[in-house]
This record gives sequence, C-alpha cells and structure tokens, in this order.
Amino acid sequence: MPTPARTLFDKVWAAHEVTPETEAAPAVLYIDLHLIHEVTSPQAFSVLRERGLPVRRPERTLGTMDHSTPTQTNQVFGGAPIAVDSAARQVEALARNCAEFGVELLALRHAQRGIVHVIGPELGMSQPGKTIVCGDSHTSTHGAMGALAFGIGTTEVGHVLATQCLLQRKPKSLALNVEGRLGAAVTAKDLILGIIGQIGVAGGTGHVIEYRGSAIRALQMDERLTVCNMSIEAGARAGMIAPDETTYQYLAGRPRAPRGAAWDAAVARWRTLPTDAGARFDREVSIDAGAIEPMITYGTNPGMVIPISASIPRRPGDAAFARALSYMGLNAGEPIKDQKVNVVFLGSCTNARLSDLRAAADVLRGKRIARGITMLVVPGSQEVKRQAESEGLDQVFLDAGAQWRESGCSMCLGMNGDLVGRGEYCVSTSNRNFEGRQGAGARTLLASPVTAAACALTGRVTDPRDLL
Amino acid sequence: MEPFTTLTSRTVVMPAANIDTDQIIPARFLTTTTRQGLGAQLFTDWRYDAAGAARPEFVLNRPESAGCQVLVAGRNFGCGSSREHAPWALLDHGFRAVISTELADIFRGNALKNGLLPVIVDEATSGWLMGNPGAQVRLDVAAGTLTLSTGIHVSFPLEAFARHCLLRGVDELGHLLDRRAAIDAFEQRS
Repeated sequence: MPTPARTLFDKVWAAHEVTPETEAAPAVLYIDLHLIHEVTSPQAFSVLRERGLPVRRPERTLGTMDHSTPTQTNQVFGGAPIAVDSAARQVEALARNCAEFGVELLALRHAQRGIVHVIGPELGMSQPGKTIVCGDSHTSTHGAMGALAFGIGTTEVGHVLATQCLLQRKPKSLALNVEGRLGAAVTAKDLILGIIGQIGVAGGTGHVIEYRGSAIRALQMDERLTVCNMSIEAGARAGMIAPDETTYQYLAGRPRAPRGAAWDAAVARWRTLPTDAGARFDREVSIDAGAIEPMITYGTNPGMVIPISASIPRRPGDAAFARALSYMGLNAGEPIKDQKVNVVFLGSCTNARLSDLRAAADVLRGKRIARGITMLVVPGSQEVKRQAESEGLDQVFLDAGAQWRESGCSMCLGMNGDLVGRGEYCVSTSNRNFEGRQGAGARTLLASPVTAAACALTGRVTDPRDLL
Repeated sequence: MEPFTTLTSRTVVMPAANIDTDQIIPARFLTTTTRQGLGAQLFTDWRYDAAGAARPEFVLNRPESAGCQVLVAGRNFGCGSSREHAPWALLDHGFRAVISTELADIFRGNALKNGLLPVIVDEATSGWLMGNPGAQVRLDVAAGTLTLSTGIHVSFPLEAFARHCLLRGVDELGHLLDRRAAIDAFEQRS
C-alpha cells in the first residue's frame, strides 16, 4: 500500500512519537532541543530538586539569559550592579541551577548569549525536522527552519528536563498559502501583521500553521523567522516553513550545525520533510502578498492592525474596541499617520536580527532622529551586535541619535527596566501591543524595522514609502 | 495537587474578549523564583491606579466578588505569553475554574497542570453567565457538567486523561516517568 500523502507537520510529529495518543492518554512526544531561560525555569528546577530527579539529557538542553537581563553595557560588562534586584536574583538562580544539573549556559557575559529565539537558529541548533520547546510562547520562531517548535509552561519545562518528553494531543493543521510578491518597503513583519489582521488573534487556536506559497519561498531565513515568530499572535500552537535551499545555505557552517558526512546525511534527510503533493490540511487560507501594505497596530492586541495609510476603523457598540482606543488615546475614523511618537524600539525576537538592523540603518544613515524621540536599538544577540559593529551599523544608529545596547528582550516586555513611560507612544518592532506590555500605561504601535526607523526620523507615524 | 471533583461557587464576570496574560499578571512580576504569592498582583493594572489605590469600579474590587472561585471571561481568555504565572496568580487569588467560549492553547494546558479547571461553553451559556454575574454555579469534573442556578446542565469538553489527573489530584510527571522504558527504547532506535 502506498504511504498516504503527509504534511511537514505530520512527518515531524510521527518521527517523535514515543507512544501514540489513545483515547485515554495523549501521545508521549520526544523533544530534541530544549531551550531554557531565567524567567520560566526556576520553579521547574525546584520540582526536580523536590523529587530528587536529574536532568535526563543535559546535552539536549541549552540555557541562556535574555528576559530580565540589563542592556546597559556597564551593567553587563562594567561591574555596575543589575538595576532590578529581583532580576539579578533570577539570573543568579539560573546560573546555580545550570551548574547543579550539568546544563550548558550561555551566561550574561558569554559571546554567544542572546535572545533565546535568535541564538537557536544563529548557532545552527534549530534544524529541520527537530522538535524544539522552550518556556516562551515565541518558540514558534524556530519553525521557520522546518522544525516543530512551540512554547510550553513551567510545569512542562520540568517534564522535559526530567524525561525529555511531553504529553501532547496532536493539534490540527492550517495551510496558509501566500502567493505573489511583497511591494517596496513591505517586509515580512508587514506580511505577518496582515495575516493576523485577516485571521484574527484566535484564528490559529488549536492549529499548527504551515506557511506556504511563492511569497514564503522567496523570503530569506531572517524574514521567515519573523513570520513564524508571530504565529502565536494568531493563537497558533506553532508555525512551520518547509526547509529548502535557503534553509540549507543559512545553516551550512554554523557553529552547531552538522559537518562533513553528517551534513550530507542531514540534508538528504531534510529533503524528505516538505509536505507531499496531495497532503490534506484541516484548514486552508489564502493571502495575496501583493495586496499587503506597510502595517501598523492601533489597538491593544496584534489583530488590531491597519495599513499605515488607512484610518482607524469604526466599530460602534463594541465596548472592548472603545476601551482599547481609549487606552491608546486614539479616535475611530482618524488616520494613524502623523500620530505623535515618543519612543522607538528596534529589537526583540521578532525583528532584531542583522537584516532588521541593516534595513533600519539604511533609513537612518546620515540623518538624525527627531528632537525629543528616544530610540533604543537592542540587537537580538551578542553575535548580531558584533556583526553589526563590524559593518559600522552601530555608528549609523549612534550618529542618528539612537542608543546602542547589549542584546536581550529589553523593551519588548520591560522586565529589565527598559520601559516606555505612562501615556507615551512607542513604535516597536516587537510582537505584542497588549496594555502595559512595555510599561504600565505605555501605548505600543507594532511595525516593521523600516517603518520604525521612518517614524524615528519624523517623530510621527510615517509611511516608509514616503521616504523612498 | 488537590483532587478536583466538584465545585459550587458564585461567579465573577469579566466580559472582555482576548484578556491576555500580560493583564492577568504583568511581566514586571515575573522575576519571582517561586509559585506563591502572585495573587496580590493578579490583574494589577486593572485593580489599582498609578498611585496604587484600588479602583472601586473594577469587578475584583467589589465586595460581592470576595470568595468567588469561578471566573467567567470573554472569548480567547489567556492569549499571549506562555507564563504559567497566569494560572498561578488566578489560583493564588482563590479562583479554581475559568469559563469561556474559547481559551488560548498554552493557558489551557498550564491551567490543567495546576488544577485550575478550564471550562469551554457555547455562546448561549456564556451569554447567560455574562448576563447573570454572581450566579451560583456547580461544576462536576467526573460528569463534565456545569449546572446553572436555573437547574440547566451544560456539558463541557474535558479529555479523559485531564479528567483522570484532576479527579485523583495527580500530575503528568508521574505518568511520563512511568514510561521511561519506552523513552529509552525510542532513544535507542532514533
């Protein structure tokens, strides 16, 4: 009997079933790579300690520090104390836990440290066909490599530490077919914001998305990572993109990618992963890439998004909508363009890779940001920072009047004290515009690095196409 | 984890859709290294103003909300981050069940692992609960039913394994540890 046609997701799932799901119990799913960080791991290590359990496969586990770490150089390298006491204790707890349980840690001053979802691909650890988890919802990022990658809670972090496995019911599959070409100044960030605007913040709940079609194939690896990163903002369990030559070229020669004969064998295996012709998805959605414009959010979830040239919609009688606009200090029916901006944040696991910094620097080169604007540029990893400095991008940002920081999650969620003030507007390249996300009372407008840089120059919400 | 068989309680209603985990427990409280004590920060930016004073209009600050163990929320409650601090904060405050028409995937999983019962209901039931805040309801885990104060029984989905764990107060780690032989065999063949 011929093998039935299967999706990329079906293949990766099946290859990791220790025991299949039954009516009585979920599947036991094997996890190839477990990434941990300081915020969601301490209570998991406590459980191991209480039960007297070791970490089953320390070599499949990698720790880094990113969420609550400082981005001020003197607090990272200069001997100044970490400004937030509880953050300092959390960072110390991770170091202690990793040492006690034999887990490799890229600690605060390590040259390869960075945001967990930036360093996995960068080191060549996030590979096609792998199962990857982390106690962080943006683990969906790694799906861009052709992996099945999803965020888990702290209890599950403990399960993976102790057993290298998770109990899981198989989610449904959603094909997101994106055809056509993105226009000038329209980026992968605009594409994923456009997708979330179309399917909604719960549009992917219970599903693993596979992004497919000519527009996806044309994306570079950094751009694919941006798209998969925000799968969770559509409620999806994970987002995946089939591996292809772009993936293999990206991975070749990375520090922890296979080498020599092992590389050839790996690529041969990876070539069998893409979805078979005729495979069925539980749902399919089509998107026209050519119709996507530079996008910006105006509300308090990523689905409240419009083309930057459009006006804020009217939804009379919708109390939640009215509440969101009131929080944002914006009015229905008015254009978003020219809205005053106080802060610009270029960073996060969504948009702080080298290509993001290059795109923003191209807008800023030789110019100054508007008077009164604070702009933070926070590279996604120390490696991104080093590469950017070798190209002189740091000087472009500094000359423009922006701040150049050490890597970390920083102002995406403000755990480390990098905060937006109450009532201030921040154009941010991050992934969440929830109330208070960047600080109590802060108002977040999500956009691409190109749009963020354009807004920094003018001090107002600006269509990057107007500066071309 | 305490076994969860039945619960009878009045409800607190928060009708907004898409209440995210950053509202349930803001990121600035995630630097803790324990599970306890997060109830004090639950919905903190909705409960307290910039000066730290309680906002009397917010539902959890009203006297009739005291002692309520069931939260009725709008669609897609718990969306956003994977922080398990969200169910920890809800439990620490005293909630034992969340009812909505839709719960975010990671939140739902985290809730179950901590004995916070996720209850998915249809629009009509949700509408009735929203329209009758403070109503007394009964939840029965073994039967998978929600009983309204009108006497109407509504079934809610709860997969067999989750039901088993709730009723016995056991966690999943024991189940996984019991499968060590299968995990060993998997590692050897792959």
